[in-house]
Amino acid sequence: MSKILLHGTEAICEGAIRNGCRAFFGYPITPQNEVPEYMSVKMPEVGGVFVQAESEVAAINMVYGAAGAGTRAMTSSSSPGVSLKQEGISYIACARIPCVVVNVMRAGPGLGGIQPAQGDYFQATKGGGHGDYHLIVLAPSSVQEACDFTYRAFDLADKYRVPAMILADGMIGQLMEPVELPPMRDLSEIPEKEWATSGHYGKERRVLNSLIIKPEELEPHVNELQKTYDEIYKNERRALSYMTEDAEIVLTAYGTPARIVKSAVNELRRQGVKAGCIRPITLYPFPDDAYAACAVRDCTKAFLSVELSLGQMVEDVKLAVNGKKPVYFYGRTGGNVPDEEEIVRAALESLKKAEAN
Amino acid sequence: MIRILLAGQGGQGVLSAGRFLAESGLHEGREVSYLPAYGPEMRGGTANCAVIISDEEIASPLCTVPDVLIALNSPSFHKFAPRVKKGGIIIVNGSISDSFAGRDDVSVYDIPANDIAIEAGDVRAANMVVTGALVALTGVVQERSILNCLREKFVGKQNVYTNNERAFRLGMQAVQNK
Repeated sequence: MSKILLHGTEAICEGAIRNGCRAFFGYPITPQNEVPEYMSVKMPEVGGVFVQAESEVAAINMVYGAAGAGTRAMTSSSSPGVSLKQEGISYIACARIPCVVVNVMRAGPGLGGIQPAQGDYFQATKGGGHGDYHLIVLAPSSVQEACDFTYRAFDLADKYRVPAMILADGMIGQLMEPVELPPMRDLSEIPEKEWATSGHYGKERRVLNSLIIKPEELEPHVNELQKTYDEIYKNERRALSYMTEDAEIVLTAYGTPARIVKSAVNELRRQGVKAGCIRPITLYPFPDDAYAACAVRDCTKAFLSVELSLGQMVEDVKLAVNGKKPVYFYGRTGGNVPDEEEIVRAALESLKKAEAN
Repeated sequence: MIRILLAGQGGQGVLSAGRFLAESGLHEGREVSYLPAYGPEMRGGTANCAVIISDEEIASPLCTVPDVLIALNSPSFHKFAPRVKKGGIIIVNGSISDSFAGRDDVSVYDIPANDIAIEAGDVRAANMVVTGALVALTGVVQERSILNCLREKFVGKQNVYTNNERAFRLGMQAVQNK
């Protein structure tokens, strides 16, 4: 199979379509407008539905309806727009309807800016809307992964009946790289949904609901959700470790910053500093095992989390390292992206601080 | 690995030229990345893109220290010239920019891209003039890969293709004569 050159946004769409997504609902916002643009052309071609909704709130509720009827459905937005969707996402999580939500993050807070950022980590991984729930959150770091992870997100969402989120940054959205597209999956291969409200037709009555008034009914429902999250935690944590076996300083980042971090690790190694890095692929469940494995090594002196935020994932890194080694932070915000040199400097400083302790 | 930064004004074809380079690299079986940066406006704002062509996996797609800078106007020439790697190359559109970089550790090629493009038949092909200069100077991709991309892009628009091809070839000659 030959590779083609695609934008990250287009790769997200191809990943979705090729794994059976047949309903897309969106509302424009930079830097993800190429997603609805692409879907508006492709959806009709594959017999799917494209609606440009009147708002983000409407779009997520259209996903609620379409996915509730058993269709693989997706919506996409960027930070402020994803905030608007949170009520609907919470309803969908409670009603246990699988779907995929894409967030191509821009700089916040507020209406913020349109350049890349990662300030929505807490929102994505800790629930986002109200109530006790989680999404499965995948963080692509290349255009190929934007395609592959979106493809996989539909299967994961269906398997656990939990909505999945693709958490990308504005840079992945704009970046063009060669992609090998997966083959188009036949809709008949996708397992039937025994719970979907797809019409009566002689079947038993099915109800999807997120209003559970009686405390004695809501508590077991929420506990059941938690059991699913526990199972997801057990089965689905993913991370890639690079040169960590003998590393004195372990850097970590997700999304595009992870690639700059990888370049920084190579540069540090050239300078004779034993550096390595961990790149989480799943942000929820957080791959704490990858960090714990490094934390117990004698050679590892410190961790450094590099983010396009003021320090969000670093909290999960600290929980995973569990006080065994110092965890430091370096971040940029406002749409600025640190370069390799900045990260090298931050890593050397972290190492110095750890050695002084 | 070669890191190329193309910069100019929105509408000058900076992003298109970057895409042709990336596509050509891909067709030649290399690793490529193309990262555009531009403002909300379609024309008149600043636009630049980072193109990396490599034989190995590309880690960072950023181009903070480019090996080659292609500057299609004066503001982008002065903004990015200080960042170019020591020993690197700068191709500047001499029709609408000066070419004094204030440093002697890089090679500056002053190419009157707008004038050459007009000679080729279309001022909008200035981007192909500098692309031709780049290919002649570095051999980063093959001439025919770029021409294939142009053919694909301007299918059904023979005269646009012809003007662009001519601009590309004149760009190649412009540096070969220096």
